Amino acid sequence: MTKSVAHPYIPNSVTEIKKEMMKQVGIRNIDQLYADIPQKFRLKRKLNLPEALSEHEVKRIMENLLSKNQTTKDMSTFLGAGCWPHYVPAAVEEIIQRTELLTSYTPYQPEISQGLLQALFEYQGMICEITGMEVANCSMYDWTSALGEAARMAARLTNRTEVLIPKIIHPERKATLQTYVEPAGLRTKPVSYDSWTGQLNLEDLKTKISEKTAAIYIENPTYLGFIETQVEEIAEEAHDNEALFIVGVDPTSLGVIKQPSEYGADIVVGEGQPLGNHMNYGGPLLGIFACRDDAQLIRQMPGRIIGMTTTVDESKTGFCMALQTREQHIRREKATSNICSNEALCAVASAVYLALLGPHGLKALGETIMSKARYAMQLLSKINGVKAPLFKSPHFKEFTVNFNETRKTVQEAHEGLLQHKVHGGKDLTHEFPELGETALYCVTETHSKADIDRLAIALEKTLTEAES
Amino acid sequence: MFRQARWNEPVIFKLGYPGRRGYITPKTEKEIQQVAGDPKEFLPEKLRRKTPPKLPELSEVEVVRHYTRLSQMNYGVDLGFYPLGSCTMKYNPKIDELLARSPAITSLHPYQDERTVQGILEIMYKLSQWLAEITGTHEVCLQPAAGAHGEFLGALIMRAHQKLNNKLDEKTEIIVPDSAHGTNPASGTMAGFKIVVVPSDENGCVDLEALKAAVSERTAGLMLTNPNTLGIFEKDIEQIADIVHEAGGLLYYDGANLNAILGKVRPGDMGFDIVHINIHKTFGTPHGGGGPGAGPIGVSKELEKFLPVPRIAFDGKQYLLDYDKPHSIGKIRGFYGNVAVLLRAFAYIMSLGADGLEEIAEVSVLNANYLLKKLEKIRGYELPFAPQRPRKHECVFSAKTLYKDKGVRALNVAKRILDHGIHAPTTYFPLIVEEALMIEPTESYEKEELDKFIEVLKKISEEAYASSEKVLEAPQNTAMTRLDEVKASHPRTMALSWKMHLKKAKH
Repeated sequence: MTKSVAHPYIPNSVTEIKKEMMKQVGIRNIDQLYADIPQKFRLKRKLNLPEALSEHEVKRIMENLLSKNQTTKDMSTFLGAGCWPHYVPAAVEEIIQRTELLTSYTPYQPEISQGLLQALFEYQGMICEITGMEVANCSMYDWTSALGEAARMAARLTNRTEVLIPKIIHPERKATLQTYVEPAGLRTKPVSYDSWTGQLNLEDLKTKISEKTAAIYIENPTYLGFIETQVEEIAEEAHDNEALFIVGVDPTSLGVIKQPSEYGADIVVGEGQPLGNHMNYGGPLLGIFACRDDAQLIRQMPGRIIGMTTTVDESKTGFCMALQTREQHIRREKATSNICSNEALCAVASAVYLALLGPHGLKALGETIMSKARYAMQLLSKINGVKAPLFKSPHFKEFTVNFNETRKTVQEAHEGLLQHKVHGGKDLTHEFPELGETALYCVTETHSKADIDRLAIALEKTLTEAES
Repeated sequence: MFRQARWNEPVIFKLGYPGRRGYITPKTEKEIQQVAGDPKEFLPEKLRRKTPPKLPELSEVEVVRHYTRLSQMNYGVDLGFYPLGSCTMKYNPKIDELLARSPAITSLHPYQDERTVQGILEIMYKLSQWLAEITGTHEVCLQPAAGAHGEFLGALIMRAHQKLNNKLDEKTEIIVPDSAHGTNPASGTMAGFKIVVVPSDENGCVDLEALKAAVSERTAGLMLTNPNTLGIFEKDIEQIADIVHEAGGLLYYDGANLNAILGKVRPGDMGFDIVHINIHKTFGTPHGGGGPGAGPIGVSKELEKFLPVPRIAFDGKQYLLDYDKPHSIGKIRGFYGNVAVLLRAFAYIMSLGADGLEEIAEVSVLNANYLLKKLEKIRGYELPFAPQRPRKHECVFSAKTLYKDKGVRALNVAKRILDHGIHAPTTYFPLIVEEALMIEPTESYEKEELDKFIEVLKKISEEAYASSEKVLEAPQNTAMTRLDEVKASHPRTMALSWKMHLKKAKH
């Protein structure tokens, strides 16, 4: 017995209750229940952890620790690159705090879990509507792992070993993809881009595609924020070579940019975080995974999928997990993936978010973002020596900012901005050295004109300081 | 009597009215409009979306009501007993939720300058140290997004280790017991290994002779849950570790059942090289109906170099992200992990301390053995495998006698339990138990709740032996009566999205 005072989280930690229960079990002390653990392995000391604290103390210490952070609310921040600042409506926050949803497990017993099952079915349906696809699963961990799974799925379907990826790809997506495909014996091959527009180099694509190609993967908008305009041609190239076409999306763009189903996508992956989920220092995120209504594709899909059904007496429509025979708890080593827990509650948040926005809200969101990003690019371009964007292509919410013609490096500009309580974009000099002193900036609906103006003023000051 | 809400809530696509809005996006300021121009002109015609997505059009009021109603048709830990074996459905402290909602965490961007995120880096750094202490490992990586994701990483570390020793061509197999979770073989396969299954002995533990026979020069490692999925401690762990290590394999610990042994025995001390932790199972973070979770991985000193980048480091002055790890397996996801989940676990450990964590283990084990003693007296349920040995955090009963006698299956018992406002145990797992009912009470429920559960199981047995109808027709008190799960997966009736449903309905 280690404690005399009952802990608030442990109802049976009252000494008398424990005594009574031990009597029923037929033991004198709890240690008897651990008697089968070899003594030599037993921990003979206490764990070396801080003393237990009261709730009030925990709160004070945590708040103190967290106050060492400067958030995107403390300084105008222009970071994106796979995790983006978007507003999360209060209604979304309220719904996902409903403890019936929050404290539930995977809906193995559908009759008592209809609420979550229906919410996830609705999420799948909304993802299908915005991407144009017909089937979606109820989430992957994030965009990067969704891409890894999509590539493996393409290889299973085609029995081929190579995946063509754009050279302009998020380095973390590329790295994760690599981790996922390497053990399956797959290789990724990068396809170069046009240095003027950033667009995928179709000539290079044609030389690299072969009977080994399982899939072509593109991102739209691309990692560097511009929109890939040759999507039809790329799709055709994939399908002419009997490869799959995988498209990665930022869903906030799908109110304004053509949905991937319209240009031949077989699998759509993406990051659902911007749909009603906070950034949370990069996690949890929400991996979108959708495909065409094709029996072969569906059978090879990874992840949980919720399906519509009826009660056994057929009196009511209800929901349950479908196609579980693809999954690890049934199929074990032959499963399409090992995933079980995913990001279900984040998916519910996204369903609530999309329900709030509706078709017109999603379009308005896209237009607002594009207007603000365009304004930011124009404003920054006016600063002597600054080029934004680098590529001659239409952009969505992110864009490159190049400092080659200024006398400062990206890092120096960043330091200067921080002094003005502005956090600039992501430094690309290591990822894409060929782009010179370039950073990736992001503007969303959360940035006001004042925020953008402040960025421009701070940047101008910073760059002029260099000259003085 | 328990009655779950029955709102007959239509699918959201059927609700709403054209023109309604639930949320207005921030306006584009006039000055911006003037400079930027008409957004319709930003994109060339061929790139524009022509048809709006068929999302419902609802006011905020309707959306909130719809999802509140749905939530009332769902069951969680805050409502009652949730003895879902192997899933460790513990209480999720409210203070942890409150802290996780702070803008000081929600509004942090992962690429912020390290100097601006010292608070969260300190939390993550300390949490990984605490988890290393709890598991007896050298170093813990917080990156995996869920338990199975951590397993995948564990198997990848085995791969990286064998590769560095130039043994990958030879070391092609991972061994798992037949009582293992399905994720173990699935994760091993994903990491490129062939799976070899070893049978359990009559005590439900790894059969040492079978293990010796299965181990060979091809063995890259063994994945083991201890206490195992029957709730029994693998007491031969030392021999198991020796057999695997002597063959040049690594020992991987599945952390599903770590809750039972907190502060009592540490996987690292038992000889495990790679140790997996399910944050939601052990450190009280909510499961959210299927995630987000977090599945950190702890490793021995020798394997530390393989962990994914970045590693969170402390240089004596400040916390930083270290990418300079040449032997690292790379990345298994974007950024650094499910930080909002990890933050809750940090607060949880602070609230309990070493004594509290040990108390959790003790009470969870006491609760499981209390249930076991009471339930084994009830007609129709039997405790297979080593009935004399104490269980740890869970006990697995078989309803095969009930099935034989009255045609009542574990599934029917589970459904009838729902009628009493209690969640069902895990059924049909582990696979080595026929008609399995896997019961894990955790430390989070009071004796009165356990007694109620015992009464319910007794009543179900009595009902079954009197006339089985009531049990076979269950559940009746839930939002829905029995659902046709076959229909949901049948090619002819399968509807995996609203769109697919409409397409099928048309034909």
